[in-house]
Amino acid sequence: MQRIPDLIACEDCDAIHSRPAIDDDEVALCTRCGAELERDIRAHGNRLLPLTIASLIMYVVANVFPIMEIELHGLSSQTTLIGSVLAMNAKGMYVVALLVVATTIAFPLVQLLVLFHLIICVRRQANPLGFNFLVRMVQTLRPWIMLEILLLGAIVSFVKLTSMATVVPGVGLWALGALALLLASVFSFDPRYMWSMSFLHGKASKATSVNRTRTAPSIEKAAKAKGS
Amino acid sequence: MKTAANLNIVSCSRCAALWKAVKAGDRCGCGAKLHVRKPDSLRRTWAFVIAACILYFPANILPVTVTTSFPEGEQQDTIMSGIIYFWVSGSWVVAAIIFIASFVVPLFKLAVMILLLITVQRRSNWQLLLRTKLYRAVEVIGRWSMLDVFVVSLLTGLVQIDGFATVYPGPGIAAFAVVVILTMLASMSFDPRLLWDAAERNPEVPM
Repeated sequence: MQRIPDLIACEDCDAIHSRPAIDDDEVALCTRCGAELERDIRAHGNRLLPLTIASLIMYVVANVFPIMEIELHGLSSQTTLIGSVLAMNAKGMYVVALLVVATTIAFPLVQLLVLFHLIICVRRQANPLGFNFLVRMVQTLRPWIMLEILLLGAIVSFVKLTSMATVVPGVGLWALGALALLLASVFSFDPRYMWSMSFLHGKASKATSVNRTRTAPSIEKAAKAKGS
Repeated sequence: MKTAANLNIVSCSRCAALWKAVKAGDRCGCGAKLHVRKPDSLRRTWAFVIAACILYFPANILPVTVTTSFPEGEQQDTIMSGIIYFWVSGSWVVAAIIFIASFVVPLFKLAVMILLLITVQRRSNWQLLLRTKLYRAVEVIGRWSMLDVFVVSLLTGLVQIDGFATVYPGPGIAAFAVVVILTMLASMSFDPRLLWDAAERNPEVPM
């Protein structure tokens, strides 16, 4: 088994390209199917730590404070994120309650903490125990974190309830909005670059002798507002 | 065009490193097992798609919420009747959002996955680029169907004023949540490179 550092394969169509030299803010795209091959992450890599810390703070606020409060005939009722999950559980919807806990409470927290740990380790040029496992976990959890969808769900619920009661958005809802925005920025960093940033694997990827004879990918400027 | 497969190169599904002379069971430097294609991609995808199709019926027929409010009494809502309620009460934007997330997206997803599976098995080279883009679209939008699950969960947590208004989740929402999970698993286990492999093996048109 032998590693080939100077080539890159498209994840969507398997076409082989020579590994491009990428400048600031550039993205290399596959010439056959247009999928992203590689992008410049140096600038974003520096923003990742502050973004992760901000997300962790917002996560706490979004979970501690109530999302919404309704008032009807002088009676009021409010809920936090975990409160709605417990209500679902109490009504016998164990599967759905578990799903909501996982996608909006447990996975985001684990993801942010692990990411924080990994960034610190990469910055210190240290390779923590289980580095590979942790990066793979970050990759696996990513599609299952659905806070932005929860935010839209909260807005829809809000509109739905305005017709039957007085609805007051809580601090949790605003924090959830901020958290969704922050996470979109955090998740635009593809965790697979953790490996090229880390100390162990960094040496291998720096030793690139670019082979220009093969099909070169088209290199395009990264769109400024590209989300996750 | 040269592909990794016909150069006998295997790319790591996790860190995208390329390796040649890979033996069965070899692992990448990042610790992930190396596979030329996602293992059992077609079989797994079919299994998830068929299971999702079966559960699609209870998800749409059974009620997702049971609302008890003081003068009106008990009312059961399915996904469709919830959308109609929003439309009739004048919240067209919300009606459109839920209609797209809960009705259009799951159907579109199942239709696209079945189309991709059948065209791969028929070794079709019809609209390769379009089908690759459809796959990417399905991967991005599929998660948004969870919207209704969160709405029901928030309503259940919030609307608990005994005697005046209470919302209970109906069995339909559990079936619907499982449909969304199954379609997400289906698109994750499908390997878009199979589309290009299949077209390459098509005897009629040489690539």
